[in-house]
Amino acid sequence: MPGRTPSLRPRTGRAEGPRRGPSPTATRRVPLALLLPALLGVVFLTLPLIGLLVRTPWSDLTAQLRGTQVLQALRLSLITASLATALSLVLGVPLAWLLARARFPGRRLLRALITVPLVLPPVVGGVALLLALGRRGILGQYLDSWFGITLPFTTAGVVLAEAFVAMPFLVLSVEGALRAADPRFEDAAATLGASGWTTFRRVTLPLIAPGVAAGAVLAWARALGEFGATITFAGNFPGTTQTMPLAVYLALQDDPQAAIVLSLILLAVSITVLAALRERWMTTA
Amino acid sequence: MSVDARLRVERPGFALDLDLHIEAGQVVALLGPNGAGKTTTLRTLAGLNALSSGRIAIDDAVVEDSSTGRRIPTERRGIGLLFQDYLLFPHLSALDNVAFGLRCQGRSKAEARTAAAAWLERVGLSEHAAARPAALSGGQAQRVALARALAPSPRLLLLDEPLAALDAHTRLDIRTRLRHHLADFTGATLLVTHDPLDAMILADRLIVIEHGQLVQAGTPGEIARHPRTEYIARLVGLNLYRGTATDHRVRLTQGADITTVDSHQGPVFVAFRPTAVALYRTRPDGTPRNQWPVTVAGIERRGDHVRIDLTGPLPIAADITPAALAELDLAPGTEVWATVKATETSTYPA
Repeated sequence: MPGRTPSLRPRTGRAEGPRRGPSPTATRRVPLALLLPALLGVVFLTLPLIGLLVRTPWSDLTAQLRGTQVLQALRLSLITASLATALSLVLGVPLAWLLARARFPGRRLLRALITVPLVLPPVVGGVALLLALGRRGILGQYLDSWFGITLPFTTAGVVLAEAFVAMPFLVLSVEGALRAADPRFEDAAATLGASGWTTFRRVTLPLIAPGVAAGAVLAWARALGEFGATITFAGNFPGTTQTMPLAVYLALQDDPQAAIVLSLILLAVSITVLAALRERWMTTA
Repeated sequence: MSVDARLRVERPGFALDLDLHIEAGQVVALLGPNGAGKTTTLRTLAGLNALSSGRIAIDDAVVEDSSTGRRIPTERRGIGLLFQDYLLFPHLSALDNVAFGLRCQGRSKAEARTAAAAWLERVGLSEHAAARPAALSGGQAQRVALARALAPSPRLLLLDEPLAALDAHTRLDIRTRLRHHLADFTGATLLVTHDPLDAMILADRLIVIEHGQLVQAGTPGEIARHPRTEYIARLVGLNLYRGTATDHRVRLTQGADITTVDSHQGPVFVAFRPTAVALYRTRPDGTPRNQWPVTVAGIERRGDHVRIDLTGPLPIAADITPAALAELDLAPGTEVWATVKATETSTYPA
């Protein structure tokens, strides 16, 4: 299952003791039939990134960065991705708890439903969001006529689109952490007089904190890179809904240099996230 | 502060059916082999498992009653539970672990911590207040867990194998400390254990269950003297048989006869200590004693003596010295004569 307590894996890995020396298989000759495709795979995965670095206009990088369009998109991306992560946490952690701890009919079906956005093409997600929350959508029409709230093509719409795509990552990660945590700690809390909510707040949540953090980082990274659902549901308006990925795509048409700079920034952010996750996995071990 | 319970729990392949009464200040030990239903009893009283039917009252307050559907959740039963592996919260210090229950009672953080510090002092761990559970030794963790369970002043204290996770040396020390704390505790205590020594030292009264049913209850002395099942007899180190008495002769269910010092009529138990059994390579002559031809089934070193398991007309456990073992040249399969003097037997109505 994807995202099943990544935080716990290194913990057990580390407990295995001193690293083993070179194993016999390491010295055995690698069959050419495996070696060639493997090397090709490495090239395929790294060449585009190297290309990005090579073609970056390092000399006027700062000038490009100062372009209002770039900063605007970066700011919007960071804000919306963070809000989408916050929304995913507020809704996703209780949902994960329900999936891991509560017993009710249709639980497996519910989990399957929640996993759908994980595999759904994001554009389809955007269309679905439009049908649900658009001005004529099943819920959107009432939001519009009763409260005068319109979500599509607004910054709030961006947050919703990103959360729709990112939340399953968080839910699965937190559910995995909950399943790995010993539920008898919750029994112990109950015998000490803790209500269900107190137990969750003071015992369960601290126990699964690494899983929640890992899930949040994954969700944030996913939200930051979100393109399809965002452009479909929220459009592409600079300043309000044009996030970094949209800006990259648009810039590629008329200002390839800017596209490269924007891509570089996203790459840097991705690597930082990866490093942060690694750091967390290592230090919590 | 007493506990009165009629517990019926049914699960596939297992049924618990037990009536339980514990007076305030009394320590009752629940003994039984693995799978007898000890932990189920504990968890059911705590409300962590539901009753299939029955009723639980703590201090005259009904906390669960299947006939009315009343079921008060664990957190409002006023109980304390010491888990076998303690389950100290790993993210909290020893002090905050002990303060946890007090905080749940609505006390302020400062107040709870002051009271928790006093508890840590009582269990002699003041200097470890800031330590995380991972940094504590097994004995220390057990004392923190006991302080945590006692701090909220429960009406019923439940102890699940409180000494099982400790090494032999620590066990001795912790048992003495536990006895001390239980003496001070004013509520009712139920101690679950499979160790008869723990039960006899810590408890005022013993309840023995097997297969979810009560098989014997009484003071430690009564049970040790007059065990009523083979499990209990083995626990207290006795050979135990059932039979029918006619004066000083008892026809055992195994078919063999035994001569006893007490005179009875009808169904009886006959018990004798393994140390009362004498072994011979050839049939001993002389006075008509209880003697049976038996075969050595097992030899086990136990401290300063050797336990010999014998099969034959009746299964017998015999304790002999290592010197006797060498002299008799015993090995599994060896055929010997086992004798027991009538004066060494104890007979009581079944």
